This record gives sequence, C-alpha cells and structure tokens, in this order.
Amino acid sequence: MILDIIISSLINGSIYALLAIGFSLIFGVARIVNVAHTAFYMLAAYFIYYGTHKLGVNPALCMLLAIIPVTLIGLISYRLFIDPIREHEAAVLIATIALAMAMQEIMLLIFSGDFLGVPSLVEGYRMVFGVKVAYQQLLTIAVALLVLAVVWALLLKTRLGLAIRSTAQDREVANLMGMNESRVAMITMGVSVGLAAFTGAVIAPLTIVNPFMWMPPLVMMMAVVVLGGMGSIKGSFVGAFILGFAEALVVFLIPMGAYLKGSVALSIMILVLLIRPEGLFGIAFEEER
Amino acid sequence: MGILGFYLRRLYTVFRGEILVLPSRLIVLLFFLVLLLLPVVTQDPYLLRILILTSIFAIFAASWDLLSGFTGQLNFGHALFFGVGAYTAALLNLHAHLPPWGSIPLGALAAVLAGLVIGIPCLRLKGTYLALTTLAFPIILMGIVFAIPDVTGGELGVSGLDRLSGSRVTDYYIAVVLMLGLSTIMWKITDSHTGLIFHAIREDELAVRTAGINTTRYKLLAFSLSGFFAGISGGLYAHYMRIAGPANLEVSMSFTVVIWAIFGGVVTIYGPIGAVFILFPLLEFFRFWPEFRMLMFALVILLILLYMPEGLLPWVRDKIETECPRCKIRNVATRKTCRACTAQLD
Repeated sequence: MILDIIISSLINGSIYALLAIGFSLIFGVARIVNVAHTAFYMLAAYFIYYGTHKLGVNPALCMLLAIIPVTLIGLISYRLFIDPIREHEAAVLIATIALAMAMQEIMLLIFSGDFLGVPSLVEGYRMVFGVKVAYQQLLTIAVALLVLAVVWALLLKTRLGLAIRSTAQDREVANLMGMNESRVAMITMGVSVGLAAFTGAVIAPLTIVNPFMWMPPLVMMMAVVVLGGMGSIKGSFVGAFILGFAEALVVFLIPMGAYLKGSVALSIMILVLLIRPEGLFGIAFEEER
Repeated sequence: MGILGFYLRRLYTVFRGEILVLPSRLIVLLFFLVLLLLPVVTQDPYLLRILILTSIFAIFAASWDLLSGFTGQLNFGHALFFGVGAYTAALLNLHAHLPPWGSIPLGALAAVLAGLVIGIPCLRLKGTYLALTTLAFPIILMGIVFAIPDVTGGELGVSGLDRLSGSRVTDYYIAVVLMLGLSTIMWKITDSHTGLIFHAIREDELAVRTAGINTTRYKLLAFSLSGFFAGISGGLYAHYMRIAGPANLEVSMSFTVVIWAIFGGVVTIYGPIGAVFILFPLLEFFRFWPEFRMLMFALVILLILLYMPEGLLPWVRDKIETECPRCKIRNVATRKTCRACTAQLD
C-alpha cells in the first residue's frame, strides 16, 4: 500500500513536473498560456505508437525520435498561428485551444478513438515487500528525474538559460540589453514543446493512448503551475510532487477515490492560494500598471 | 386622433433618426424581428431546435462576457455556473416537483451562490492565476457528482425532467424571448454606472480603488450577476434537453464559451451573442462531414483570429461605421461628414 502510493505519486509527480515546467517556461518568456501544451504530449504518444506498431522501430529509439517531429510541429504552429497575434492575449488563448482541438481531431481521423497501447521498454517486475513494481515504472521515474535535472542545468548554468530567465523577468529590459526577444521566445517554445513531447514519450508505455488523453493532465498541469507559483521552476517541481502525492493518497485510501482525486488535488491548490495568493514559490510582483 | 398621429409621427422620426442612421442598429432590429417572426414562416422542428439551443448558449456566452470581458476577471470555469444551474433545476424538478418556471430561477440563484463561493477565493488572485484557478472549480464539482451517484446519477446524470412547455413553438418563444430580454438587461447593466466601474476595474483596478470605490464588492457583484445569467441558461438547457449530466461541467464546455466570446469580440455583449448565432449553426452545418466537424470548426477559428484578433463583430462594425474624431458619435462609413457636428470624417 505505502509503496504503491509512493510509486504512483513519484510517477504522477514527475510527469506533472515535466509538463508544468514546459508550460511555465513559455508562459514566463512569451506570456502565452499554451493550452495546446498537453496536446503535444498526446501527439508524441501517437508518434511512438505509430513508430513501434506500424514501422517496427525499436521503442527506445522511437521515443527519442518522436521528440523531433513534435517539436517541429510545435514551432511551425507557433510561427503560423500564435506569433502573428501575440499582441492580443485573449486571441492567443483561444488560438491555442483551437490548435489543441485541431490536433485532437486530426489524431481522431487518423487513428480513430480506440484505446491504444505502447509496449514497455523493459518487461518484467520485481516484488518489493509484496508489491509488484514494474521495471518500466522505475525507468520512467529515473528518466523523468534525469531530464528534470538537465532542464535545471540548462536554465541555471548556460547562457541560453540566462537569456530565457531574464526575458521571463522583464521582456522590455531584456530587449534593451540587446537580446532578440522574439528569437528567445521561439527557442523557448521549442524547449517547451520538446519537454511536452518527451513527457508523452516516457508516459506512453504506462498509459492508454487515445485522442482525448491531453485533457486530464492539462488541468493538473495548470493547477501545479498555479500552486508552485507562475514562472518558478522550483515551484513547479514541488507543486507537482505535492499534487501527485495527494492524488495517489486519495486513490488508494478513500473509497470512490478515483473519481475524487482531481477534486482533492485541486482543492489543495485553492487552499494554498487562499493563504499565499502568489503560489508557494512565486514572487508577488508590484502591481503592473 | 391628432395626439395619436403626433405620437406615430414622433415614433417614425425617432425610428429614422436613431435606428436607420446606423447599420449596426438596423441589424440588431432585424435580428430581433427575424427571431420573433420566424415561427410564422416555418415551423421546421430541426431549425427550431437549433435556434432554441443557440439562444440558450447565447445567454451563456454573454454572461461570460459580462464577467470576464468587462471586469477582466478571466473565468475559465464558466461551466460551473451552467452546471450548477442545470443540476439544481433538475434536482428541484425531479424531487420537489417544481415546474420549470420555479426550478430555473432557483437554479440561477444556486449559481449566484456558486459565483459568490468561487468569487471569494478568487478575489485575491489576478490575471492568469485567476484564470487557471477558476478552471479547477467545475472539475472539483464533477468529482463530487461522480462520487455521490445516488443523488446526482453519476455518469448518467439526472434525466426525465419536465418539458419547458407542451409545444416546440412555445419552447422556441420561451428561449428566444428570454435570450433577447436577458441580453438587453446585460447590455443595459454594462451601459450603466455599474458597467462603467466594471470597465474601470479591467483597465486599472488600483486607480478604481484609489477613487474610493470598493472594487471587491463590484467584483463579487460581477461574479454573481454572471452566475445568475449563466444559471438561467443552464436551467433552460436542462429542461429543454430533459437531462442534466456531467457533460455540462466538462473542461470543453468552459473552453467553448471562451471561444464563442473571444471569437465574437469581448467587452461588447453583442459580440458573444452574434458569435454563438454564427458558430453554433455552423457546427450543425458541418454535420454533413461528421468526422471533419470539429476540425473545420477549429480551423475556422484559427483563420479568423489571424485576420481579426479583436473578434469578428467589432471588426465588422468598424468596417461599416466610423467614429467621429471630434464628438465620438458613430456614423455610417459612407458619410463624408459627421451627422452631429459636421466634422470631416477620414
């Protein structure tokens, strides 16, 4: 039981953290609330399904390869639909919703609404204290944590990360310092979509692939971002594990918990916001005028 | 006789001077007339059904605009009000045997309560934080609905409600007259002193507070007003479809209303209504290619946004009317001089 909860919360937590960091990156840099973020995650899962089932590519290779086309699609759709209307925040918002819907419908047309599965990278499981722990679950956690570390290093140790962080702090000043703000936004979009694609890749073997799989994580991802504080990487990380843990606890301990997991996790978010409106690690900015 | 003639002449003068001068006003008048007189011409059940649903959703979309467009409190969980209105009306009708004219207003009051409940925590939040937090509320309620299936019917919802009325034409008139009436009320609210304060809160909340206005009270007022109108549309929907289900609370429902409102143009009230009257029948039209339906819908929205990010209806209005640079009165685009102050229009 306890181990079940820990494994489940670690998996959910790391998935939410990966998604939330990508989402909050592009929000911080370009002020884009990218509702289509998890649609890219769905797209990656489908690429892997297609690669492994139809083309017979090795699953591990396929997972790495899936990231490239998804990132390209993300960048192209950013250039075509979002960049031209970036001045109008509300318009950008529904453009991303429409984009997500369009992707869902295209996947529905190509693959139909069937529930599909992707083979595990590693078969087998080990019994730990009488609980079945699949190797795939362990691998997912390990890879997700590794990528979180890489993202952390990218943002804090490289010049690109410095550019991204400074643009996120103040777009105008970053521009004055000679940074090409729209190029930074473009690169950030690439990193963000790449992260979403990667998340889709690591979670695909553990979940059911279908065109509507982007909806549930979308809400949780947004909750994580709000809980942790908008634009704070550390906040997204901590928030993700708090909500992942809350979900796992509810599912395993409360009867009918599977229905209530979202409700409880979101209620926690609202309670935290009542005490700290700027989120756990967010910074309360002076009122922008 | 003389007095009647005088009033008739005056009515005609007002009609010519106030309505015929501006194409937008003429369009609104025609819109009212066409909707009210349609059943005289045709009673095609399919057409009436689409128009009833369109009217219900038009109230819903306009209520989103009243809250999010005017006060700028971006609400991503507007389906909550719709769902609360629908579920309350359904449960009251089924268990307390209240007829629709009693259950729908009570459902709307429940939605006002919901508006206050989500308004209070949301008062401390701003902008995107607020938008993403409000997204959570319908999902919390949906979890509760699923968790107590004995009361709410779980996944199947509450079904077997009373019809709105006996005949389809009466249903049509209830929905359309309510839509026209409530939209006029909403438009009047936004045009009033209160509406001015809503505008000001969106533009600069700090300045409004500095002017000695209790913004908290006005924001809560906006939440409850919007909840009231959305609750009415939810109750109408439940009684018309004779079911209140979890589909009313889904994320896609909240997103759809945002799409309608922004597509039509926010901060206008007429924008979202026009958008629903364009997009909802359009969606029905795409039903000839069922598999491409939602895809076409999404693509239409993406393309329109690229060319008119302000929304469709304000864009059209700017094309057919110009604003006088001196006295700010609107004129037909074809005029060379302003109709009030004769200033040159460019």
